[in-house]
Amino acid sequence: MTMPSPVLIIGCGALGRELAELKRLNGWSHVTLRCLPAELHNRPERITPALREAIESGRREFEHIFVAYADCGSRGDIERLLAAYGIERLPGAHCYEFFASGRRFAELAGAEPGTFYLTDFLVRHFDRLVRRGLGLDRHPELMRNYFGNYRRLVYLSQANDPALDEMACAHARFLGLEYRREPCGFAPFNQAVTERIIRWRS
Amino acid sequence: MSKPADAAADFNLADLPDGELVEQMFDDLYDGLADEIAEGTNILLARGWDAKRVLDEALVGGMNIVGADFRDGILFVPEVLLAANAMKAGMAILKPVLAESGAEPVGKMVIGTVKGDIHDIGKNLVGMMMEGAGFEIIDLGINTHADTYIAALREHKPDILGMSALLTTTMPYMKVVIDAMKEQGLRDRHVVLIGGAPLNEEFGKAVGANAFCRDAATAVEVAKRLIQERRVARA
Repeated sequence: MTMPSPVLIIGCGALGRELAELKRLNGWSHVTLRCLPAELHNRPERITPALREAIESGRREFEHIFVAYADCGSRGDIERLLAAYGIERLPGAHCYEFFASGRRFAELAGAEPGTFYLTDFLVRHFDRLVRRGLGLDRHPELMRNYFGNYRRLVYLSQANDPALDEMACAHARFLGLEYRREPCGFAPFNQAVTERIIRWRS
Repeated sequence: MSKPADAAADFNLADLPDGELVEQMFDDLYDGLADEIAEGTNILLARGWDAKRVLDEALVGGMNIVGADFRDGILFVPEVLLAANAMKAGMAILKPVLAESGAEPVGKMVIGTVKGDIHDIGKNLVGMMMEGAGFEIIDLGINTHADTYIAALREHKPDILGMSALLTTTMPYMKVVIDAMKEQGLRDRHVVLIGGAPLNEEFGKAVGANAFCRDAATAVEVAKRLIQERRVARA
């Protein structure tokens, strides 16, 4: 049996834990995972240059590269960069779509456009990325600017963890939004990543 | 960009000569100090500055620095919002004075976030900076249907229609609005500007907008240029 070609996944730090879990569950010993800082999401124009650097560095060592980013507010810049290298990425505009699956996400967004979404990662790092990242700790008066038009918070849950559920509920209270938990599991995300990795293995 | 802490207690804006006061207002806008901006605005008006000069030299001048530093990655969204809130405090004082002066607006703009989308931070910044540049703004708010845009175009007859979207799922609605304008024979009467995080110039061309505007400062520049071009073409 031949060893599969080495694969590099360059991922968003917000997906690091989930990607590592997929690697473990699937026994992908030939897959190397490198993550960029999740904070880049607060300045999306910086994602593409950071990705270019990671790709340039990685292509010297790896035959296959997969990018675990969606468009992530890059105005199509990530797509254009990856097209130039012939590299694929996760589908959709942002990670909510592939965690929930595109169809389910469209239903949620259609039912209430004023929905703020959290994933497991964002629930865990809410204080750093939302409360402090948006300056709400220092300037609570900005709450209205950011969240004045939102009505509810939907937690797109990957792990079935009551502690995370409780934290997400507290975040909703902090933002003054109705709370709803949407159990998503890993299946949609697993499928989006695995179908590429399996293809290279054959 | 702020007053030294030990001097702050004794600091009095009214003691500063005009030039230094304007410089200080730039700093206060940068730091998002709404009360200080309101105070500085009142002081300049009391010294006989006309409202337009206060707006142009103190407020818009200060916001241009904020905009440039945001573009360069020196400032982040929270600081820009605080600065915008401070500018609003000054604008609230100047607007009635400007209205009384009877000065003609540079142009008129109807603006709104498209159907299905509730994000309005960018739209509000554009509206405020356009107002600061002398435009009259009719803000339709969020989740705006094509019928509402069309009705506003017929009622207000603006020079410009501005549409905003933050989501890839809602941005295609801009084409729905532009197509409705075409069907009703309105498209050629208005400049259409679009903006929002997932948009780019290619998308603007594809949906038939006159221009995509990357940020609020760009929107002001483009709006002024296109209105001028249309007026020259009609003359």
